[in-house]
Amino acid sequence: MSTQESYVTEDGRTIGPTVMEMKNITLRFGGVKAITDISFDIREGEIRAIIGPNGAGKSSMLNVISGFYVPQEGEVWYKGKKRPPMKPYQVAEQGIARTFQNIALFEGMTVLDNVMTGRIRQMNAGLLSQAIWKGKAEKEEIANREAVEKIIDFLEIQAIRKTPVGRLPYGLKKRVELARALAAEPSILLLDEPMAGMNVEEKEDMSRFILDMNDEFGTTIALIEHDMGVVMDLSDRVVVMDYGKKIGDGTPDEVRSNQAVIDAYLGVAHD
Amino acid sequence: MFYREAGDFKTSYSKDNQTFPIKIDRVGYYLVLLVAFLVVPFMLNDYWVNAIFLPFLIYSIAAIGLNILVGYCGQVSLGTGGFMAVGAYACYKLMTTFPDINIFFHVIIAGGITGLVCVVFGLPSLRIKGFYLAVATLAAQFFLVWLFNRVPWFYNYSASGQINAPERTVFGIEVTGANTEAWATYLFCLVFVVASAWIARNLTRGMTGRKWMAIRDMDIAAEIIGVNPLKAKISAFAVSGFFVGISGALFFAVYLGAVEVGEAFGITKSFLVLFMIIIGGLGSIFGSFAGAAFLVLLPVVLKVVGVDMLGWPTDMVAHLQLVIVGGLIILFLILEPHGLAQLWRVTKQKLRLWPFPH
Repeated sequence: MSTQESYVTEDGRTIGPTVMEMKNITLRFGGVKAITDISFDIREGEIRAIIGPNGAGKSSMLNVISGFYVPQEGEVWYKGKKRPPMKPYQVAEQGIARTFQNIALFEGMTVLDNVMTGRIRQMNAGLLSQAIWKGKAEKEEIANREAVEKIIDFLEIQAIRKTPVGRLPYGLKKRVELARALAAEPSILLLDEPMAGMNVEEKEDMSRFILDMNDEFGTTIALIEHDMGVVMDLSDRVVVMDYGKKIGDGTPDEVRSNQAVIDAYLGVAHD
Repeated sequence: MFYREAGDFKTSYSKDNQTFPIKIDRVGYYLVLLVAFLVVPFMLNDYWVNAIFLPFLIYSIAAIGLNILVGYCGQVSLGTGGFMAVGAYACYKLMTTFPDINIFFHVIIAGGITGLVCVVFGLPSLRIKGFYLAVATLAAQFFLVWLFNRVPWFYNYSASGQINAPERTVFGIEVTGANTEAWATYLFCLVFVVASAWIARNLTRGMTGRKWMAIRDMDIAAEIIGVNPLKAKISAFAVSGFFVGISGALFFAVYLGAVEVGEAFGITKSFLVLFMIIIGGLGSIFGSFAGAAFLVLLPVVLKVVGVDMLGWPTDMVAHLQLVIVGGLIILFLILEPHGLAQLWRVTKQKLRLWPFPH
């Protein structure tokens, strides 16, 4: 099967052609190699997981995708074009949204304002129009508010829309952050440990949201997660990293039976 | 009891987005505007205007300007005095160079020029933050005052080194110079205040304001979302400078009439406006007004109580004022970092239930 052809999964979703491809990425911090020669692709409409033990370089990989780190070697291909080195905000303008492992919300703003900030790509009225709140600015504000309300509905955070984010509990903050990323209508959504620090119910909720998102909006998702049960259930394909190297890539079943992966997680006997 | 939003439903997003979503607030706002425009001008005399109303209105604009920069965008500035001086000198040069153009436009253009100057001194904010940025803007303060002192072109080579506002009229009524009527200067400033507050509110509730606040709350996350930090910070400096410039122009042309730069726009002015927004409330338009009103009224009240009623010596009252302001700043920073605006919000919360505790 060529990577450019669409196929239909067992549960009836269509996985499209490759939307992002990492080619031989190497990232160094001084003498430390965080990522060594890693290649993988993300296909349209799929849920792609990146897993690996602590310090494997998963978050660094995500930071390379979102433009925080510029790799010393290798290329990032996005929508069939090689991507030049970019600032994070330029990457966001291209339609790549993300959430953070440690929540990165704007604490002083309300939930609604936080999610509205996600619509930055869709709102570009001039300063003058905004200053007098007429014309494009006003229309844009209302149109985007409608779109944002849909996402607020979808993630079931209607009741807290006017609450300052600083006052919310952890689980809700995670959800608001997801809402903000989703509001951008991204082509690729990067989730950095969306379930870290959650209890079972919250994890179930979050898994449901991720699946629904993928299903209803057709959002392509790349996620890092430590909960193996969640990863194996949710994802279509999994990349496994260890010490900055790729040690496995494939469907959850393939990865589960990969000896290198089992060794990385369970350890190997040394002579 | 007296204040409630129950039953005040919104059926459209534009209604939900308005500045005063609660009816009682909206009515109150229009009442205040009505009184300010139609009642106050008839009750004024020179003392009231010069001691309270003009400084209050003009400092309000400056406080709104600084609040946009510090309270909304999180970029500390200690250069407000210097930027007000830019507004004043720009206005003076415009008034003397183009005497035929209405002073109304001079003030606005002076604001625009100040915005540009502010952007130049705001460029370091792209690299440095917090204390270091404060020091960089402090440099702006001293440099600008020095510049206006040392380059005679700015004060039209006058022998005293002062600038004096020539007489200018709006609709045939004098608003600057020696023969102004109290109500005319008041109304002239009031128009600018209302317009500034309205524009500031519109900007801060829209996407621009969200970008500023995003940069303030977490600049890294803001950038990941797609906020261009350069544009956001520069626009905050520009808008802030615009308002501060307008206030400087009015301070010189309408309020003082004659200005010696080191005295009128020194570092104390920078701190005064900063104290206004700290006491009033960072990140709040209402707080800018509250802070300005508080720090303008405090000396007046102290003088009335201390000198006139209790018969204390004037210098003691003046010193007492410094002690009280200093103490209040410390108290506010510890007890209520969001200032009078937050106190007002809390009061409204309590009023919903009053006189019942729950």
